[in-house]
Amino acid sequence: MAAFLEMFWVFFKIGLFTIGGGYAMIPMITDQVVGKGWLSLPQLIDFIAVSESTPGPFAVNIATFVGMEQAGVLGAIFTTLGVILPSFIIIYLISTLFYDRFIGNHIVQGALSGIRPAVLGLIASAALTVLLSAVFGGAEITQGVGALIEGFRLPSLIILLILIVIKRFKKKIHPILLISVAAALGILFSLLPF
Amino acid sequence: MKNASSTNKYWELFSTFFKIGAFTFGGGYAMIPLIQRETVENHEWISEEDMMNMVAIAESTPGVLAVNSATFVGCRVAGFWGAVCATFGVVLPSFVLICILSLFYLSFLQNKWVAAAFSGIRCAVVLLMANAVVKLSKQVEFSFIYILLAVLAFVLAVFTNIDTILILIAAGVIGVFYATWKKNSTDRKEA
Repeated sequence: MAAFLEMFWVFFKIGLFTIGGGYAMIPMITDQVVGKGWLSLPQLIDFIAVSESTPGPFAVNIATFVGMEQAGVLGAIFTTLGVILPSFIIIYLISTLFYDRFIGNHIVQGALSGIRPAVLGLIASAALTVLLSAVFGGAEITQGVGALIEGFRLPSLIILLILIVIKRFKKKIHPILLISVAAALGILFSLLPF
Repeated sequence: MKNASSTNKYWELFSTFFKIGAFTFGGGYAMIPLIQRETVENHEWISEEDMMNMVAIAESTPGVLAVNSATFVGCRVAGFWGAVCATFGVVLPSFVLICILSLFYLSFLQNKWVAAAFSGIRCAVVLLMANAVVKLSKQVEFSFIYILLAVLAFVLAVFTNIDTILILIAAGVIGVFYATWKKNSTDRKEA
């Protein structure tokens, strides 16, 4: 039971502090879920792609997945309830008690004006982590240049550059299409003799 | 009679949000057009203005946009149990699908071809996340203090093990002080 409550609590915290949509959760998930060893970083990154290609909000998808991997359907129920409950409680209170007072409240707006740039910085750091995992074999910046060179994978860099070019010419490309192209490139490069 | 119609309402809330949960890929803002079509145009549960306020509230509160809007609309239409039905509806498709998927997910990943595909897919995720950074940066006001907050959060997250929750709380507190200070100084100028 303690394990279930811990999973519930971790995802409750994640749900409570996610401001700015799905990807804003990723730094926190790296912190809390990867930190606890419930998921490895490559698993998390792969799951981001899976979640982009399946319906529904990322938050619910990742919560269900982690709960399921850790403790089956019951685990998934605890993590999913954890991640949605903060939203539910807060929105229920706002829409029944202080709908009009909330929108113009300057303390709320002030706090948000500070949180938004911080979320931006956090997502950027998560993007860097993903880049390091995808192209540099999961080396960390703090490990220095040697680790980066050692983990460097040229095919991955080439794939990334091809994707950037595609994205430049077709700005509104759907994420699922981009992921499919990336998957095809991944298979193609594994067939090449280098 | 009243009972019959309210049961009907719960079912309609559940099934509508089930549909929204099942047919929006990627979540978040991708859901807004569908939510708008279903709740404002088809069912006339909320007004266009309510819809805009809802997005504003969802942006300024923590949590999942899909859940925020389901709770909001459900509550407007049929109170607490309406909120429960709508929220349950929007979450259920993902929940069921991911439960089934995770049963064979790991063995699926061990496949040689799948592993090769995912080595490419990770590069796409880098791009998707960079894209999220660009999108979000458009919502941030460009002034010295906000840029400093973004850079500080980035540096702390990359080089230290500080809990991200603490970073967010600190940023919120700084935001409140800065906004209050700015408001006071413009009030003084006007006076």
